[in-house]
Amino acid sequence: MNTHTIPHTSAKDTVVRQQHALQDPKWVRWSLIAIALGFITLFICLPLGLVIYQALSKGIEAYWTALTQADTLAAIRLTLLVAIVTVPLNTLFGITAAWAITRFEFKGKSFLTTLIDLPFSVSPVISGFIFVLLFGAEGWFGKLLATYDIKIIFSAPGIILATLFVTFPFVARQLIPLMQEMGHQEEEAALSLGASGWKTFYSVTLPNIKWALLYGVLLCNARAMGEFGAVSVVSGHIRGLTNTLPLNVEVNYNDYDVVGAFASASILAGLAIVTLVLKTLLEWKQASR
Amino acid sequence: MSIILSDISKNFGSFAALHNINLEVPEGELVALLGPSGCGKTTLLRIIAGLEHTDQGSVIINGENKTSQNVSQRGIGFVFQHYALFRHMTVFENVAFGLRVKPRHTRPSNEIIKKKVHALLDLVQLDWLHDRYPDQLSGGQRQRIALARALAVEPSVLLLDEPFGALDASVRKDLRLWLRNLHHDLNVTSIFVTHDQEEAMEVASQVVVLNHGHIEQQGSPSEIYDNPTNAFVSRFIGQTNVFDLDEHDNEWLRNVGIINANSTGRIAHVRPHDILIEKSESHQDATATLKDWQHLGALIRLELVKNDHHASKSLFAEMPKEQFKALALKIGDVVKLKIRHAHWFH
Repeated sequence: MNTHTIPHTSAKDTVVRQQHALQDPKWVRWSLIAIALGFITLFICLPLGLVIYQALSKGIEAYWTALTQADTLAAIRLTLLVAIVTVPLNTLFGITAAWAITRFEFKGKSFLTTLIDLPFSVSPVISGFIFVLLFGAEGWFGKLLATYDIKIIFSAPGIILATLFVTFPFVARQLIPLMQEMGHQEEEAALSLGASGWKTFYSVTLPNIKWALLYGVLLCNARAMGEFGAVSVVSGHIRGLTNTLPLNVEVNYNDYDVVGAFASASILAGLAIVTLVLKTLLEWKQASR
Repeated sequence: MSIILSDISKNFGSFAALHNINLEVPEGELVALLGPSGCGKTTLLRIIAGLEHTDQGSVIINGENKTSQNVSQRGIGFVFQHYALFRHMTVFENVAFGLRVKPRHTRPSNEIIKKKVHALLDLVQLDWLHDRYPDQLSGGQRQRIALARALAVEPSVLLLDEPFGALDASVRKDLRLWLRNLHHDLNVTSIFVTHDQEEAMEVASQVVVLNHGHIEQQGSPSEIYDNPTNAFVSRFIGQTNVFDLDEHDNEWLRNVGIINANSTGRIAHVRPHDILIEKSESHQDATATLKDWQHLGALIRLELVKNDHHASKSLFAEMPKEQFKALALKIGDVVKLKIRHAHWFH
């Protein structure tokens, strides 16, 4: 903990000192602030406001009707299903990967670390396309799946797979730097006191990483619910069956159903706001630890 | 409980950290593993603990072969250099941890845990801090809590990895004495790692000197100081002046008395307090010149330059302050040296 607090205070000191050294003229400061605020208004606040404005443009009743359409409800259900399956799996994966990378020495470790980042660097459309190539009708396993009548592409399993792939770095990325910095002496101490491996993880490791873990889970969940590109490729856009909320927005919009599109969008926007608030809370919690 | 290490070797990749270590620690001893950094002392300690696995050899604690046992089954107490206290638990919970994780049938009741933890905190004189968190304690306090935590499981062997390494000099001095007294009271077989020879001499009943993954010498502090078996030990333990006979005038060496009937090698090591100094009347029979001197408390350290034909390094001698005063030496004075004892190496 000591190692945590000391750099903190010294960082604050340097910030204070830098403010004196970096004291720009007033007009520079004000115009920089104005530009930053202008950008945020133009590209974030305005669109967000517009989503809500458009969703309610024909009154609250129309909004409610749009939200309770069978297709929209199906989209909400599918989105929740995808999140419920992918988030726990990726949490488990993230902890496992972070543990392996920070606690063991093995050949190919740096390669694995790079590989974890792959979904971030590949375009989501390509991620989706990989699954079509693997499990689609003409794909590698297409014939095999067809003989057993298993549908992956153009159905929920494909959407879940694509989402899993796209969201898997989030938890691991949060945990690896923290666990590297923590070292493993506390765990070694617990083991030397007779604790089992599981007990050590549960009562020593987990309490130390819980805030970072929650943060990773939160980001993972936001992406799982909001993913468009990869899901779009594997879903087939079947109304009421394989449309997730982001896809539902597009489908409604293409049908000139503005209220429907923006009603779905408002749910996603609400999710984004909730995520941001929780994210800020978690960051604050992590810093005060 | 006695510890026997036989034929232990350990490699990290192509680096051989330990080769063929054989070591016996009798019951109740407080042993220091002493050596320069990178000599393998911490690796050896971690192997005894089971935090590291050997490539070869066996670890026998109290007659039981523990080589393939996990750290959690070995019944050892381990104290880390940087304390490794559980930062999210109070001092009380830290010390209670080892008792709480025992399997259900051997786990003491909450009452007994409470009693025991408070007794241990009393032992390290920190019971008043029981509800604090580790980051609210000083380094010395943390290390004492770490020790209490390790003792809670009644280990058969206590292992300490540079226990005072991260502390201030004054705290370190206090804790050394405290550890020695604590060991005297508890009498649990203990091994601690240090790179500080003074610490090893002061605290341990037995010192094991390691270098490059080998044991150079094992013995009581006075044995090691008075009879170093090789040049490394002699140089590592305490200050020493090194005389290579090939680099000196025979006449000078005879004058100061290094060469005598006992001379058996090519290299002589002389402790600073084994150099006797007299004020010289004339430049003719002087063997050295006083270049500088420093105050070390009760002792004065004199830096001397030889008066012979070889260009040479300084020599260091030590004498009590009173004696130095009586000699009334000034910088630049010539002196006569008499060497009363040397260790010879080849």
